[in-house]
Amino acid sequence: MRIIQGNEACVEGAIVAGCRFFAGYPITPASEIAELMSRRLPQVGGVFMQMEDELASVCAVIGASWGGVKACTASSGPGISLMQEGVGYAAETETPCVIINVMRGGPATGQPTLPSQQDIMQARFGSHGDYEIIAVAPSSAQEAFDLTVKAFNLAEIYRVPVYVLSDEIVGHTREKVLLDPGVEVIPRKRPPREGYLPYRPGPDGLLPGMPAFNEGYRLLVDGQLHDETGNRVGHDPEASARLVRRLCEKITSRVDELTDVEELFLEDAQAVVVCYGSSARPALEAVYAAREQGIPAGIFRLRVLFPFPARRLAALARRVRALLVPEMNVGKLVLEVERVAGGAQVVSLPKLGGALHTPEEILDAITSVLKEGGR
Amino acid sequence: MHPLGEKYLRKHTLPTIFCPGCGDGTVLSAFLRAVDELDIGEQLALVGGIGCSGWIPVYVNADTLHVLHGRAIPFATGLKVTRPERKVVVFTGDGDCLAIGGNHFIHACRRNIGMTVVMLNNAIYGMTGGQVAPTSPYQARTQTSPYGNPEMPFDACRLAIASGATYVARWTSGHPRQLTRAFKEAILHPGFAFIEVLTQCPTQTGRYMKGGLDAPALLKDIRAGVVGKERAASMSPEELAGKVQIGTLHREVRLEFTEALRQLTEGDGK
Repeated sequence: MRIIQGNEACVEGAIVAGCRFFAGYPITPASEIAELMSRRLPQVGGVFMQMEDELASVCAVIGASWGGVKACTASSGPGISLMQEGVGYAAETETPCVIINVMRGGPATGQPTLPSQQDIMQARFGSHGDYEIIAVAPSSAQEAFDLTVKAFNLAEIYRVPVYVLSDEIVGHTREKVLLDPGVEVIPRKRPPREGYLPYRPGPDGLLPGMPAFNEGYRLLVDGQLHDETGNRVGHDPEASARLVRRLCEKITSRVDELTDVEELFLEDAQAVVVCYGSSARPALEAVYAAREQGIPAGIFRLRVLFPFPARRLAALARRVRALLVPEMNVGKLVLEVERVAGGAQVVSLPKLGGALHTPEEILDAITSVLKEGGR
Repeated sequence: MHPLGEKYLRKHTLPTIFCPGCGDGTVLSAFLRAVDELDIGEQLALVGGIGCSGWIPVYVNADTLHVLHGRAIPFATGLKVTRPERKVVVFTGDGDCLAIGGNHFIHACRRNIGMTVVMLNNAIYGMTGGQVAPTSPYQARTQTSPYGNPEMPFDACRLAIASGATYVARWTSGHPRQLTRAFKEAILHPGFAFIEVLTQCPTQTGRYMKGGLDAPALLKDIRAGVVGKERAASMSPEELAGKVQIGTLHREVRLEFTEALRQLTEGDGK
């Protein structure tokens, strides 16, 4: 147990998960991740590289992943924007890697020192073309550790880039963290020796394993749409569609197994706060306060943001009156919530400018939504 | 098929995308000859950028990453530091390496990371249809410099030397034997090795820049524009005007990057 920042917890989580390569470029409020990686990685036989920019960073991470090493990078808004082409490449070539975004306010250089949740849709859709990723969203330093480990595990299982959507509050708040060295770690899946085709999925739709370069497989890894051997098929609409569909469905068809939510007081809840990341902290305070006053409020807190647990939330929405969505942005995840809300009223609680919601703001919203047109 | 092709090419990726008369095939065969003579087929890790020349490693039956435009060197950097024992060779074009990838290029030179970067220079953007490149000559007419190129071209070798590359050579696709020798030297060189190959693109350079020259005429034109480094040493500045020097232009031994990493961190902080 140590008192550390969320950014430090991400580093320790990555190292426990087996990360042995980090490439990055300094940016506020993510710099502590690079700083600590530069100290810690050599101690465990890993390599830290401060690259010339973020484009190089994500590309080096992908190169290292094909070198057979678990790898990650970390940045914030402007840097993450620069990485997007590489994220698409990793999705297309099914290269496991982890990208930590310690979110700050944007657009552009925006607010370097204040938190936001403005990049969540960029995580999902930031690169060009059709693809799917996984994104986890820690609310505390402890979760920065836990969910970073989880991000590495999911990257290996699904062969996909995984985002850790942290923010300036999670990144810089010092809290007690249990750095559990015994946490479950998924190793890189080894390919079969016989009849191996790098891009032929198994019956589960996932790739059968990932050899490193220099193991005699003579891999062809290409950013172009490819067939099972890795060779390009961009001229073939059917083969191209098959690959893109599989890249998307390997994530979207597994929403249930990927769903990770914290649910509190939902049995009799009439107003449910759907939340994630830092803004879940005042949301939790607000719901506790509501319960003390006998107001039937509950929490649906997403630890995995994407894929979005649409069916699970839709089922909940059928038996509550209102869903409230506090976010440090203009209202982004609320669009997903509205999509599945059915008859439940959806209340967006955007918060701009870099300040966190107060518990009172969220409690007020809960009480007013339950007063209106009561049932 | 030539025995070298039989031995080293990835058959199911053929035929190549190269146009008739393209110099990329010459570079590919010179490279395969070097690989064969060094017997390092099993140790290769190849990275190709985007552009015609970025396809060269796709056809070689070795571990290959065919990556994003301009980013071949950073992908190769991640590979090299995790697999220092690998012979990492990057194939890139003049636009890929010097325009969109220019920043990565100078920093890889500076780090002296142990890889070979082969830059095929046809002085134009070939794959996208003949637009101006950072290597196009002053006043060159291309699809995006219809009134003549107002910019001055890079000298990639001088840039590499100034940035810290420790092996720098320039040849043309009219020098296949010298090119094979350069590949061997570069691959065995303990540091960042850069080889520029001046090469003909009849489809774009020939058509737009050179008034319709075909491949043999272009090759003749390229060879007329170069002079060997040794011969250049005895030529006057007037005689050298407009000539590009070829040969092994720079060679030194300086601590290689992955070795520096190992020395600095081994046993440290444990």
